[in-house]
Amino acid sequence: MRIHELTKQYDGKTVVDAVSFSIPKGKVISLIGPNGAGKSTVMGMISRLIAHDSGLVEFEGKDIGKWKSKELSKRLAILTQSNNIQMKLTVRELVSFGRFPYSGNRITPEDSAIIDRAIAYMELEAFQDRFIDELSGGQRQRAMIAMVIAQDTEYVLLDEPTNNLDIYHATNMMKIVRRLCDELGKTVILVLHEINYAAFYSDYICAFKNGSVAKFGTVEEVITKENLSDIYQVDFEILNIAGKPLSIYY
Amino acid sequence: MLTNSIHQEAIFIKGIRSTLILAGALMALSVLSLFVGVIDLTPAALFTGNLEQLSIFLTSRLPRLLAILCTGIGMSVAGLIMQQLCSNKFVSPTTGATISSAQLGILLALLFMPQSTLWSRAIFAFATAVGGTWIFVWFIQRIQFKDAVMVPLVGIMFGNVIGGITSYLAYQYDMTQALASWLVGHFSLVLKGRYEIVWLTVPLVVLAFLFANHFNIVGLGKDFSKNLGVPYNVVLFLGLTLAAMITASIVVVVGAISYIGLIVPNVVAMFKGDNIRGTLVDTALFGALFVLVCDMIGRVVIFPYELPIELIVGILGSLIFIGLLFYRLKHGRKAVRLGSPSSSSCSCPVSALEGGEEA
Ligand SMILES: Nc1ncnc2c1ncn2[C@@H]1O[C@H](COP(=O)(O)OP(=O)(O)O)[C@@H](O)[C@H]1O
Ligand SMILES: [Mg+2]
Repeated sequence: MRIHELTKQYDGKTVVDAVSFSIPKGKVISLIGPNGAGKSTVMGMISRLIAHDSGLVEFEGKDIGKWKSKELSKRLAILTQSNNIQMKLTVRELVSFGRFPYSGNRITPEDSAIIDRAIAYMELEAFQDRFIDELSGGQRQRAMIAMVIAQDTEYVLLDEPTNNLDIYHATNMMKIVRRLCDELGKTVILVLHEINYAAFYSDYICAFKNGSVAKFGTVEEVITKENLSDIYQVDFEILNIAGKPLSIYY
Repeated sequence: MLTNSIHQEAIFIKGIRSTLILAGALMALSVLSLFVGVIDLTPAALFTGNLEQLSIFLTSRLPRLLAILCTGIGMSVAGLIMQQLCSNKFVSPTTGATISSAQLGILLALLFMPQSTLWSRAIFAFATAVGGTWIFVWFIQRIQFKDAVMVPLVGIMFGNVIGGITSYLAYQYDMTQALASWLVGHFSLVLKGRYEIVWLTVPLVVLAFLFANHFNIVGLGKDFSKNLGVPYNVVLFLGLTLAAMITASIVVVVGAISYIGLIVPNVVAMFKGDNIRGTLVDTALFGALFVLVCDMIGRVVIFPYELPIELIVGILGSLIFIGLLFYRLKHGRKAVRLGSPSSSSCSCPVSALEGGEEA
């Protein structure tokens, strides 16, 4: 996937400004940066949820707007940041929607097997017949991600998937992201607030500041004292733990 | 995964149990209703070939029953579709201006084509009902009310404005008498040869069932739909059109019947959730049962006269609706579980996983 000079304005204010970068296939790419830097807007534009004003999103060699939406939904799945579902659905029903691009209204036995696997991946077996509005925020978040897993796409886009999760589930979430990439060969693009999760679990990091890409590169290239201090405007120290550059800020 | 599939099967059986009970009750009451009326019909006389009785049966009793079933099924399914698409539990043909728009269409047909047949009136009603519903939904999508209760209030106001225009026109052109029959729904004029349009609800409801999952997904929002490759606007407009056509084909034949589209889907959802693939059949059956019971009450309370169905539905419906509101105020949208406490699956030791999750 290649993003070229992507720009978006809201009410005359440029919130994403000529963003260009290429997403390496089969890797985990994390987008980091302060609130309002434009990460969600970029995620929305590269997944055709938000129309861009200018620039190009090229997906598998073809302009994303030229893809048939049904075809695209088998290749690319996105979980947005705010998804407060009002509807009374069970976890299993929600996860089943992930199979919609493939099977429409009929769930085949293969679909059921894939749904079972997605539920197991997110450790939701015990909750699968509970209504999602009777679950905690974190369980609901995991159910949403299980749906995206059931959608079984090459590209998975997750906007702040660790939001609402406790340390156990957030860490598990990141391990699952890693497994989606390592075991299933998926390309995972995610927005993260925890820099250390990004540093520990991703292959590449794209750091945003004020609607532009401040830095894009491997974890080692981006996670440096100078870069982070510049992007977040706070003081950073970088420690090398388990071969990864982890940061503390104060 | 073997245990899981057995478990899923148990859930499935639990799910269809209510459907079977509803279908059984509906069947029994339907048969009973065929033999309630001013003129005594008996099954024995019918089977021995009493021609007079047979003719009453075929021209009046049976059409009436079919119209009742179609009305109950149609209005409740139309309400269900509208609620799902707008993801608002208070939207319905009554609170979404669909019924009043259909009435305006009928009046326009009466004005412009005094000789109009049932069919041409129906076409006018289709057009206005679809148009009115579209405008209403376009409006509520534009405004994006924070409070869900605002939506039906706006719908009721919008419906009253259309109703006002209808009354004004009817008054101006001396049509109040003619229009009265469509303002208050009743089944007493349902006779063979002049009610068959109501059968249209059957194919339309079948169509709704085929698109049930599309409606579910659209109800989950624009981003959710796009992610799954569902064309949000197309499905939204098709679904609304379907609901409006169902409503109009009923209003043209029996007149306005309120509340059913509002309360029936809500009652069913309390037990079975909001996945309309799982609730559509139950909603349709329960709607038919509800209208049938109301009709039978209307026919026996002041026997040998009868009360219009709209009156009975209005009284029962508003009581149930108030009950629903109180239940929701007290319990939120917590599901009512039938039979054994919760679906047994949740009794596993999950507390360890849940610890500190609410952070
Ligand atoms: N729909 C919108 N209308 C107007 N402004 C918006 C809209 N969506 C986002 N913005 C603005 O665009 C900027 C970037 O937002 P966003 O991409 O959500 O940031 P991030 O996800 O990095 O926190 C913010 O200043 C936000 O206020
Ligand atoms: Mg964001």
